Amino acid sequence: MSTPNLVIPSPREITTEPRRSDKVFRGVVTGGGLSSLLILGLIAVFLGYRGFEVLRQEGFGFIMNSDWSITTDDAGNVVESHFGLAAMLVGTILCSLVAVVIAVPISIFSALFLNFYSPNWLKKLLIAIIDMMAAFPSILFGIWGFLVLMPSVEYWAKLIHRYLGFIPIFDMQVPVFTRSPFVAGVVLAIMIIPIITSVSREVFAQAPLDRIQAAYALGATRWAMIKAVVIPYGRSGVIGGAMLGLGRAMGETVAVFTVLNIVFQVNWHMLLGAGGNVASLIILKFGDASPYEIKALMAAGLVLFLLTLVVNASANFIVKRTGKSGR
Amino acid sequence: MTTSHESEKATMDTAVKPSSLAQVANSQAAKTPSASAEGTGLETRGIHAWFGKHHALADINLNFAAGTVTALIGPSGCGKSTFIRTMNRMHEFIPGAAMAGEVLLDGKDVYAAGTDVTKIRLKIGMVFQKPNPFPSMTIGENVLSGLKLAQLKVDNKDDLLQECLERAGLWSEVKDRLGAHGGSLSGGQQQRLCIARSLAVRPKVLLMDEPCSALDPGSTLRIEDTIRHLSETMTIVIVTHNMQQAARVSDYTAFFLSDGGPGQMIEVAPTSEIFSRPKDERTENYVTGRFG
Repeated sequence: MSTPNLVIPSPREITTEPRRSDKVFRGVVTGGGLSSLLILGLIAVFLGYRGFEVLRQEGFGFIMNSDWSITTDDAGNVVESHFGLAAMLVGTILCSLVAVVIAVPISIFSALFLNFYSPNWLKKLLIAIIDMMAAFPSILFGIWGFLVLMPSVEYWAKLIHRYLGFIPIFDMQVPVFTRSPFVAGVVLAIMIIPIITSVSREVFAQAPLDRIQAAYALGATRWAMIKAVVIPYGRSGVIGGAMLGLGRAMGETVAVFTVLNIVFQVNWHMLLGAGGNVASLIILKFGDASPYEIKALMAAGLVLFLLTLVVNASANFIVKRTGKSGR
Repeated sequence: MTTSHESEKATMDTAVKPSSLAQVANSQAAKTPSASAEGTGLETRGIHAWFGKHHALADINLNFAAGTVTALIGPSGCGKSTFIRTMNRMHEFIPGAAMAGEVLLDGKDVYAAGTDVTKIRLKIGMVFQKPNPFPSMTIGENVLSGLKLAQLKVDNKDDLLQECLERAGLWSEVKDRLGAHGGSLSGGQQQRLCIARSLAVRPKVLLMDEPCSALDPGSTLRIEDTIRHLSETMTIVIVTHNMQQAARVSDYTAFFLSDGGPGQMIEVAPTSEIFSRPKDERTENYVTGRFG
């Protein structure tokens, strides 16, 4: 087939000269896209710069120890200081995990209800309410949690302690049930339900109609159809939504601050009224902190920032790993 | 066999003479209707269907005798698909959809109050236009998925799996890779997988909504073979846009038409008659390719 004398050309360079309007638009869009990256980078640089001194002084002790003390002389010079975030980090993780464990099942059920069971008028109403919940000021959640929710959560906590106390994290030595990481976690759960619900609802709504019909045509009940089609399809999206919720729970400040009793001691017992939270620590200390302590708080902010980043990155990883099956 | 030859010619030129289609239809030994099919077939009485205010289908009376293949033909939008979806109660999934009339399976109205709709759909299976296997399941799991979905118990799943795949004409092609995912098959194989899947719950009736319209001619012929084999044991209703297909596989043909208003059933007769000496002029115009 091939002719011996045929000269094979090298591939041509394919170009196009975009119009001016396209160039302008491209510039605007690129600017918008990169600005979030820029802002994020500047925040990290700012926190790192301000917290550098403390981080260098404390080293790994900053995330391994739990002391938080600063002694100044009469002139305001720092005599001695110990900064450690261990208790706060443990508390942050504990509160957020409680929140996610409570919020994810509720969110999945409400997303399924909205998509597959709810009558249309109720669906519209509930979606509006859930969206409103997402926009609700967190201080109000905090106050409501403190005044209204705490007494009942205390009761649940006592029940959990009585029947599940043999599990180490539900154990407690001192019967102080108020202002515990568990209570804070319940408040956080209520705050992250809207976001997990709307993400789950969106992915469930995209479950392909032809597969849904195939399941029904085989005599599936609604629940059997959901199990066979909707959940496999939406699994990765729900995990993504849960991670988004986890990220929000870890960063939440005011509501947790209102509810949680902050103690500088690592505490894995979630029912005990002594917890920690990085964001709440910052708000607790920020008001009357000396310039040097401010640096420590900036370093704490950097640690929280990195923790959130790691959670989001692992969320992406998980979503990609589980994404293919069921699609 | 001139069957495939006829079809090639016909796809190139839709305006075929009625006689050639009638030949194809006659080469099928048309089954005599077991007219005493009372209690063993499917019957519709005065079916109307609406989508919101749109009246899509008016007064369809058809009797599908047990063990026959009935083709529903007619131009797009004449309500054929809507009609078969009223029979296994898939119509009601569309928001705003409504229907009137009765669908009698073994003499019992499938819309009667207190009916468990999932049981109806077990008896009246359906194959869709686009192959839709469950992608998260293997080939074997797909075939048996109906059992799981309807919570049915079966003693020997392997036998059932093989039987369904054999009846759907797919066994020899997939028997060595039952653990592969359903999406790894070709379109025609996926459609036969879907047929096998609907057979596993042992329906009495199989509704097929343009099952070959997304497939190549070779796959189409294989599915038509499958339909002929299946019709020995069950009642089949097939919607098709392909008149050659109707002529090849069906014992009876019903012609649907909408003249701007709701879709109506113009004429039903043994397939050879519809294609050789239709009673209604509109049927003749359609089957000879003068419109539609």
